[in-house]
Amino acid sequence: MVGVYVAGVGFTKIAEHWDKDLEQLMAEAAVKALEDAGVSTVNAIYVGCALSEYLQYQANLGALMAECAGLVGVPAFRAEAAEASGAAALYSGFCDIASGRSEAVLVVGGEKLSDGLSEEVSSGTLMMSGRSWYEGFMGADFYAMSALLYRLYSKRYGDEGIPFFPVISHEHAEGVAHAQYPFKITLDRVLESPFIAEPLRMLEVSGIGDGAAALVLVSEELARRLKSPKIKIFISSATDYMNPFDREDPLRLQSVMLSVSKVLEQAGISRGEVSMVELHDSASILGALCLESGGFSPPGTAGKLAMKGEFGLNGRLPCNTFGGLKARGHPFGATAIYQVAEIYLQLAGRAGKNQLDKPRTGLAISLSGVGAAAFTSLLKMEEV
Amino acid sequence: MRVPGYWRNMPFLYRLAGWKCIHCGAFHHYKPVICRRCRSKEFAQVELPGSGRLIAYTVIRSPPKEFERYAPYAIGLIELEDGTKIISQLTDFKEDELRDGIRVEAVFRRVRVNGEQGIIEYGYKFRPVLRRS
Amino acid sequence: MVKLGGVAIQGYGGYIPRYRIRAEEIGRMWGQDKSGFPVAEKAVAGIDEDTATMAVEAARIALRRAGIDPRRIGAVYVGSESKPYAVKPTGTIVAEAIGASPTKLAADLEFACKAGSEAMAIIAGLIRSGQVEYGLAIGADTAQGRPGDALEYTAASGAAAFILGKTDHRAIAEIEAWSGYATDTPDFWRRPDDKYPMHAARFTGEPAYFKHIIGAVQSLLENDGYMLNDIDYVVFHQPNVKFPLAVARYLKVGQEKVSPGLIANFVGNTYSACSLLGLVNVLDQAQPGQRILVASYGSGAGSDAFVLRVLEGILEKRDLAPKLAEFVENKIYIDYSTYLKLRDEILVR
Repeated sequence: MVGVYVAGVGFTKIAEHWDKDLEQLMAEAAVKALEDAGVSTVNAIYVGCALSEYLQYQANLGALMAECAGLVGVPAFRAEAAEASGAAALYSGFCDIASGRSEAVLVVGGEKLSDGLSEEVSSGTLMMSGRSWYEGFMGADFYAMSALLYRLYSKRYGDEGIPFFPVISHEHAEGVAHAQYPFKITLDRVLESPFIAEPLRMLEVSGIGDGAAALVLVSEELARRLKSPKIKIFISSATDYMNPFDREDPLRLQSVMLSVSKVLEQAGISRGEVSMVELHDSASILGALCLESGGFSPPGTAGKLAMKGEFGLNGRLPCNTFGGLKARGHPFGATAIYQVAEIYLQLAGRAGKNQLDKPRTGLAISLSGVGAAAFTSLLKMEEV
Repeated sequence: MRVPGYWRNMPFLYRLAGWKCIHCGAFHHYKPVICRRCRSKEFAQVELPGSGRLIAYTVIRSPPKEFERYAPYAIGLIELEDGTKIISQLTDFKEDELRDGIRVEAVFRRVRVNGEQGIIEYGYKFRPVLRRS
Repeated sequence: MVKLGGVAIQGYGGYIPRYRIRAEEIGRMWGQDKSGFPVAEKAVAGIDEDTATMAVEAARIALRRAGIDPRRIGAVYVGSESKPYAVKPTGTIVAEAIGASPTKLAADLEFACKAGSEAMAIIAGLIRSGQVEYGLAIGADTAQGRPGDALEYTAASGAAAFILGKTDHRAIAEIEAWSGYATDTPDFWRRPDDKYPMHAARFTGEPAYFKHIIGAVQSLLENDGYMLNDIDYVVFHQPNVKFPLAVARYLKVGQEKVSPGLIANFVGNTYSACSLLGLVNVLDQAQPGQRILVASYGSGAGSDAFVLRVLEGILEKRDLAPKLAEFVENKIYIDYSTYLKLRDEILVR
């Protein structure tokens, strides 16, 4: 396998972009990434987007992106894995380089959730977190399934500290230019917010926003020739039963366990050597489960450790250094790429006021539904 | 258009009918090609028991578009008498009746209605069991 | 009058929804006095219920008592004036839900409040002719009353189901005799685009309810040689409490025979299920050897009057499923605003 490197990143602010179509937003991110990488073309384009057929009545995003990014002729297609679609696109792009077939690929993810009403976005999650004629049929959407997991978690371990995860995310997002909600919130505010699906509160789930993020991945050979810092990327993935209650233990996300273990093995590093983690905190409880299932926090402890400051910028294991899904934002198909781009900026020393002290590695976990699939990306700083 | 999909799923939605893997017992609510747990290809048609215990529940207050008229509604995780776990809407309960561990039973209800012109989609829900006198 | 010996009830079931609204609460809306309401309270269908869902519930109870393979049910007839679809039979939905599909026959019937009893008569005929082995007759309605109208106090929701088959040692009650009396009497009707039915006020009494019930019952008693002494229970269609007691007095039926089958005061008028739920309540307590006279009434107008003789099978079958009293007692009171929300849901046409 050929080593795969991130050569450049580009992304938009996450907000309600009323004045832009999905493809315009994605083209912005794509062109920024190409310029950041210093390449004028690529061998292939991989697009990530979850709900464009439903919210924008638009399919065939691959060809559309090639045209909008000024790259007509380049092979392009879309990968879909629900809220982890960006990661699926990244996985495809990674394999293209690793196999030796391509030298440079563009991976671009985007989503325009504001084109739908919030209840339409909830309907979108109905399509993705379960089966159309089972959970979807009866309205057991992503929030309901997360809430049920939250209940089981509370019964087994208590729920202390779980609502603190949004507080950490918001603290990190303060002053971040591209974040959707760049301001702090208090734990009280979280606990006073209305229920979406008891016991899950409104301020414990990510909001509705639009955004696009892109990466340029290159081969080892091309990485040597470009002037960007040498940041190697690995990615792994695993699936699990779609319904968490069909799994052996609903509170152990096997998809996360497997993909994290596999990617660490590929990269040849241990958990202790991971400098930061981007969690999939679309719901507070899922962020906590990512940490525990990923082996970064013993079962039942994530919330308590969060309250102790372990996951802050100065903590043992900084998480969501730009705000995570909750505060930076979660435009489904783009999210995983935001995660990887932010880790890249950290490793490259371009993280601005949130800069960690010379981090060497970063790990990002992206989930579809409530863990039906997990993609774990790992970035590692090295010399080529 | 939801008609063909709804019709195909009627046995499960109406009667909790499905297929169990003969080798490992895994329940499938659709006709399986291969067992999703053990990859065996032999199945028996079954109807799940219509009663069980409520393990956990939530109340949805910000529903998806199709369910706005029914808000707030409750979703429960139920363990049926044969051990199968199932997700279901809960119905016909007073607020203080919903507690983990209560016995619940399957009923036949309207689950969704496609406006004034589209079909009515019926399916199972669970309610607290009647107190037998 | 027809002798229907040889056909029996093999399973029966009744269902009313959990929700109740007191007549007082309705009266409060319209400035009506605390006294003189036609019933004390009525049953209201929940937001996820309709005629089909209630019919299924009653049918499942009947099936538990009958103890037969549902695939032996050859006909499912649902009588209702609040069908969920104007075109698409409720009967096939019920058949699918109880595992009886495919059936030979499954059309819906309408004859105001007597559609359910007419379904029983038709099914009895199909069984006697050998066309079907078992048949399921259901009366079910989510009746709605026009806001502010007298019928708002009584229009209620419920379902009653009967599985009929040939008389055998497991039968619950044999249908001994059947009479009917129907004429063109427009006392109560609904045009297709109207949400609520119209009625002709006092005309619904003597020329309608009383004339047809009396006509059917007298024909049954006289032509078939029954004496009132032979009858232990008399169940009348009960749009309120007054009418059945009045017709009982006229026919010289003692109130003690009528009370067990008179549930309107706490249930309301469940339209196509009405007299049949009274019958269910009686079957929940009757003993082998006793006779029950049922007289339904449907506006437009007609009455079915039939005599049942309770058999030994009832002792073994009665406790296999919930009795109607459990549903009557298991209630949640709602206010008028909740009632409106539930009513608006069912009126989405």
